[in-house]
Amino acid sequence: MSLLDVKQLSIHFGGVKAVQEVSFSIDAGIVYSVIGPNGAGKTTLFNLITGVYKPTHGEICLDGESIVGKSPNELARRGMARTFQNLQVCMNMSALENVMVGAHLRLDRNLIKAALRLPSLARRDAELREEAAGLMRHVGLEQYIDARADSMPYGALKRLEIGRALAMKPRLIFLDEPAAGLNPKETIEVDELVRKIAASGITVVLVEHDMKMVMNLSDRILVLDYGKKLAEGTSEEVRRNPDVIAAYLGAHA
Amino acid sequence: MFKRAYFGLYLVIVVLAVLPFVVPNSFYLDLATRMAINAIIVLGLNLLIGFAGQISLGHAGFLGIGAYASAILPTHFGWHPLLAMGAGAALTGLLAAVLARPIFKLKGQYLAMATLGLGIIISIAVRNEADWTGGPDGMPVPAFGLLGFELSNDKQWYWVVAVLLAISTWATLNLIDSPFGRALRALHGSEVASSVVGVNVVRYKVAIFVLSAVFASLMGSVTAHYVGFVTPNLADFGHSIELVTMVVIGGMASVYGSLIGAVLLTALPQALATFEGWETVAFGAILMVCMIFLPKGLVPTLAARFGKGG
Amino acid sequence: MLAQLLQFLFSGLTVGATYALAALGFTLIYNASNVINFAQGEFIMLGGMLAVFFTQSGLPTPAALALAILLPALVGVLVEKLAIEPAKGAETVTLIIITIGASLVIRGLVQVWLGKGTFSLPAFSGDTPIEIFGATLLPQSLWVLGATACVVAALWYFFNRTLSGKAMLATSYNQLAAQLVGINTNGVLFISFALSAALGALGGILITPITLTSYEVGIMLGLKGFVAAVVGGLGNGLGAVVGGLLVGILEAFGAGYISSAYKDAIPFVLILLILFFMPRGLFGARVTDRV
Repeated sequence: MSLLDVKQLSIHFGGVKAVQEVSFSIDAGIVYSVIGPNGAGKTTLFNLITGVYKPTHGEICLDGESIVGKSPNELARRGMARTFQNLQVCMNMSALENVMVGAHLRLDRNLIKAALRLPSLARRDAELREEAAGLMRHVGLEQYIDARADSMPYGALKRLEIGRALAMKPRLIFLDEPAAGLNPKETIEVDELVRKIAASGITVVLVEHDMKMVMNLSDRILVLDYGKKLAEGTSEEVRRNPDVIAAYLGAHA
Repeated sequence: MFKRAYFGLYLVIVVLAVLPFVVPNSFYLDLATRMAINAIIVLGLNLLIGFAGQISLGHAGFLGIGAYASAILPTHFGWHPLLAMGAGAALTGLLAAVLARPIFKLKGQYLAMATLGLGIIISIAVRNEADWTGGPDGMPVPAFGLLGFELSNDKQWYWVVAVLLAISTWATLNLIDSPFGRALRALHGSEVASSVVGVNVVRYKVAIFVLSAVFASLMGSVTAHYVGFVTPNLADFGHSIELVTMVVIGGMASVYGSLIGAVLLTALPQALATFEGWETVAFGAILMVCMIFLPKGLVPTLAARFGKGG
Repeated sequence: MLAQLLQFLFSGLTVGATYALAALGFTLIYNASNVINFAQGEFIMLGGMLAVFFTQSGLPTPAALALAILLPALVGVLVEKLAIEPAKGAETVTLIIITIGASLVIRGLVQVWLGKGTFSLPAFSGDTPIEIFGATLLPQSLWVLGATACVVAALWYFFNRTLSGKAMLATSYNQLAAQLVGINTNGVLFISFALSAALGALGGILITPITLTSYEVGIMLGLKGFVAAVVGGLGNGLGAVVGGLLVGILEAFGAGYISSAYKDAIPFVLILLILFFMPRGLFGARVTDRV
């Protein structure tokens, strides 16, 4: 059984069929990439799987159990984490707190205990602070540990989102264009970071435009075009697929 | 950063402890007591507006429920004041929870409308049900007593309210730097990001709305017993706006801003009373000028200028 | 039975038309700037009070009424220039407080200038009621309804058939894109405030012969206009008109059949019910957030 099974997944916004009857499955422990031209439906696919949008029809199963209609916070409980293509960082908090929020589900969230600052809670929060600082080092943000989120540059915020997602201790992480807008050096760093994440046993689902990164990293690749599945397979298979070549290089290639 | 946040608390405690010995007369002690009561309400309201980013334009309605529960239940039914206070808070909490669930699936402007509407309905009901509430003229409230001890003079009230304020400030500081508080602030920063890390956004919004409403109701009861009289003005739209203004002028998402906002806006009408007829104009002009030039409120703006955390 | 029903309907439509004009004002400003203008009610009050002042000071009626519309429009522009524009980009609550501040200043100034009294205007064409199936309709109600209908038609023409109107619509959909195609979005803001204030003032003038006016009528009228705008789905012009009439009619029926003491509460009960069961108003579009 695969970790994630997607069958005939579709969503329509009014007349626009953003994702149409897409099926694929992802085995645990691999790096799975979704590629395709702009507007192919990659981010929409992420939004569908992580519960931000409800599909028009189709099935999504995690561990063989349907998760259609579950809210994002329920899916987080089941070990799903994600980052966003256009940043969703809480600018009203410090960088470290953004990472700490990632640990939300692993903490005692009781209101009364919090208001009274019970020693057990305070101790756990102090530990979490250390843990979050460690995670920030892990994603290469050591110089921003004391920074406010709204004072950080774009590339650092991208990694901050990854740090926050990792703080959830997820089984499955969706990275939506983690290298978009980064310079070549930063891109290599993100490439290495994704490898580290995969090596730690987390299943990675990646949307990315940087083809070199995708081809190097991915165990399998799904190609979308106009909301439809164009091809799926190993990087070698996808690279040779005539439909993919046509879509990427134009019909006369 | 957060160790430093608590220094302000010691300062607040010192000021509260020293105040009764330095104020020249009972007029100022009364003013200080009312400032402290407002400060507690504003702490709760700021959790909702400033920290969680949700608007309420009807909090005076909740305050009114508490105040009138403390007036009506002991007067007409002979309830013990403490029980009446609890009943008011429970009713408020229930009403807020029932209202909040559907409303919090909406965005800002609709929430503003819904809370505004609820507040106005409550204030109209209070005005109209004269048999129970005394109508527009208001009604007297029995004294507050516990275990044979009656709170009667101004000094006693001041100390009770001061202790409540110190505890509330401490608890609020604790809360915002806890898993619960971080979740609240995170959903203000990005709802979708907080929901994908597992925050049940609607539940947190409902929780903080109910909490701030119950705070307002309890302090409504305290106001009623302290003043010894309740009028419908307590529940009015204008009063709701005054409370929101305290939050915004002091500083959204700032604990000490809440206190400063409450102090300033409680004092302002006294200060403006000398303007004879021009109070409304002056009050409106001050609101506009503050918001245009200090849109983040006093404390956060000043804190940013002097490079310290609020 | 029928006579009574008609009677409530007439008075509901009349006051509803005023709410509709106020709601249109809310909608215009909301579309141009995402601001809920809590000073909208004060424009209604200004219209009525200024009309009273100018007619009593001996101006011929048409001139007095024209001034009573133009002056509030000017005030609207001032509010936009002095208060809204400098605070661009502030949080919703901050903007709400600014408009509330503006409303206090306007109300306070009128109170100082014209006092706390209650005033009336003579009806435009007499007080002889028209009888319809046993119910009476004041000629002034016809003025209110007729003028509102004309305004709605003119606005419809403006937004659907003229370039400036379309530019304003474009700005409400996407301010940045509108700017990029060369629309002066600040100008749009300017016109929206002037137009909203003028609409409010017109409503205030028309209704004054029926309901009287004073410096503080703006609060309730404004809030009910806001209710009407939300009932219609905030941002929807046609919705605002329907919302206004609906709020007026239900208020009149509620006052007549249920309790006149709770007349003012009825619009707010209505809006709570609508928000409960139709969270985006009657005509609000469903919007999917993009992430």
